[in-house]
Amino acid sequence: MSHAETMLPALPPPPEALKRYTFSRLLGRALLGVWLAASVGIFLFVVDSWSPEKFAKYGPSFLSGLRVTLTLVAISIVLGGILSLPIAYGRMTKNKVLSWIAYGYVYFFRGTPLITQLFLVYYGLGSFRPYLEAVGLWSLFKDAWFCALFTFTLNTAAYQAEILRGAIESVPRGQHEGAAALGLPKSVAFFKIILPQAMIVALRPYGNEIILMIKGSAIVAIVTVFDLMGETRRAFSRTYDFQMYLWAAVLYLIMVEMLRNLWAWIETRLTRHLKR
Amino acid sequence: MQAAFAALSSIVSWFASIVDPMCGPIGVFRLFAQGTLLACGDTGWGDEIAYGFMITTSLAICTLPIGLFLGFFIALAKQSEEKSLRLATNIYTTIFRGLPELLTLFIVYYGLQIVAQRVMLAVGYEGPVEINAFIAGMIALGVVFSAYCSEVLLSAFKAIPRGQYEAGDALGFHRGKTMRLIVLPQLVRIALPGLGNLWMALLKDTALVSVIGLPDILRQTGIAARVTKNAFEFFSIACLLFLILAMLSSMVFSALERWTKRAEVTR
Repeated sequence: MSHAETMLPALPPPPEALKRYTFSRLLGRALLGVWLAASVGIFLFVVDSWSPEKFAKYGPSFLSGLRVTLTLVAISIVLGGILSLPIAYGRMTKNKVLSWIAYGYVYFFRGTPLITQLFLVYYGLGSFRPYLEAVGLWSLFKDAWFCALFTFTLNTAAYQAEILRGAIESVPRGQHEGAAALGLPKSVAFFKIILPQAMIVALRPYGNEIILMIKGSAIVAIVTVFDLMGETRRAFSRTYDFQMYLWAAVLYLIMVEMLRNLWAWIETRLTRHLKR
Repeated sequence: MQAAFAALSSIVSWFASIVDPMCGPIGVFRLFAQGTLLACGDTGWGDEIAYGFMITTSLAICTLPIGLFLGFFIALAKQSEEKSLRLATNIYTTIFRGLPELLTLFIVYYGLQIVAQRVMLAVGYEGPVEINAFIAGMIALGVVFSAYCSEVLLSAFKAIPRGQYEAGDALGFHRGKTMRLIVLPQLVRIALPGLGNLWMALLKDTALVSVIGLPDILRQTGIAARVTKNAFEFFSIACLLFLILAMLSSMVFSALERWTKRAEVTR
């Protein structure tokens, strides 16, 4: 019986097998090349038409536009959230009349474009000027910013009511029954058992709704509110410089991406007890 | 050839005028709104609004196939094993889902104009170049739709078990045939609710195209509102028309859903 006296010398690792050059690889490289070319082209375009005066002149107005957009979205999301509570209740109640009213409200605001609703409020309520003046609300409704806030609040309330209803109805029946079996009153069961579970379900749709509102708020530029889009349009109409739109695009993308990542972080944080 | 096209288009427009639900012989405005602001013809705004309605619907219907087609291939690319392909398509969806639709529209409209102008200058043509608002709207909305559509289709793809592909292999099907006969029918069934939502969003986004001057529902009613000073009435009509479109499409989609599920067991 023979056996090896010495260990085999270490060999270099085998050469890496060449990947086959598939069609999808080629396509992927080509598309990345297109993106690269586009970004280089845009960069060169911006460098080409760059001027410090323009930046000094329009930079601050972009920032103020950003502030207007963010305040508009934040206030309307909060107010809409408050308004969505009775609507969601109406959608879930057994009372026929209430539930039809809530359904009609939600159907109207989800079925028509936001811009049409905005026009209806901003231009349309002008027809009711005498009545509004009599109530003392005209000074509010002649202001484009307030009209935008009003429309956005009503609109997002409809969407948020649907989110809330879907989330609450997604909690299984057994949870209600479990609470009832423990002898908990209805209100305690709702706030301590149903709502926390519903909120986890609703978290992602709420995030999407905020993103939709940020994107949708761009239309207020058309009714002369100088939000980010409005400032961009003003700057473009004064300079005919296309890079204004590119800057706005970058700012919007940064906002949306930050929010999306923040929301993903919140979601992983809040659902860590569900991880196995 | 030219004559044939002209004849064809005249036949189509004649047919459209017959079945026109607003200002045709049995149109709503023709029957019920004679003598009001909504009358058809020179005395009212009925025919203008009907034209806007047609523009809105045709824009949405023309955008849909582009968006679906692009979105399908983007979804395929997103589940490819090739990293660069995934990266490229992810950049695409991140950009077009993150930008406001209005901004995308402006970028496409003015950006295309600048590009076209430069190209024409290079060719040697000096003069104003105008991009058709309908085409610009179609491109912008189609791009946005495809970005969202790819996400819906991707999640539908993920819901189809591997075994289905393996069954296709076991039957000796070509990859394209597996896709066509086995995967696509299931994909449609799973993705249809999501696609229905996207269609509704598309329908609502078409209203934005009025901003770049396309005479759609919103623009026509806006003109009427400005001229007649009856803003509330006309914008209510715009809302009503969009609601009707939404109702019609939800009816169509529920019928489609029933049709795709006709093979499933009824409970």
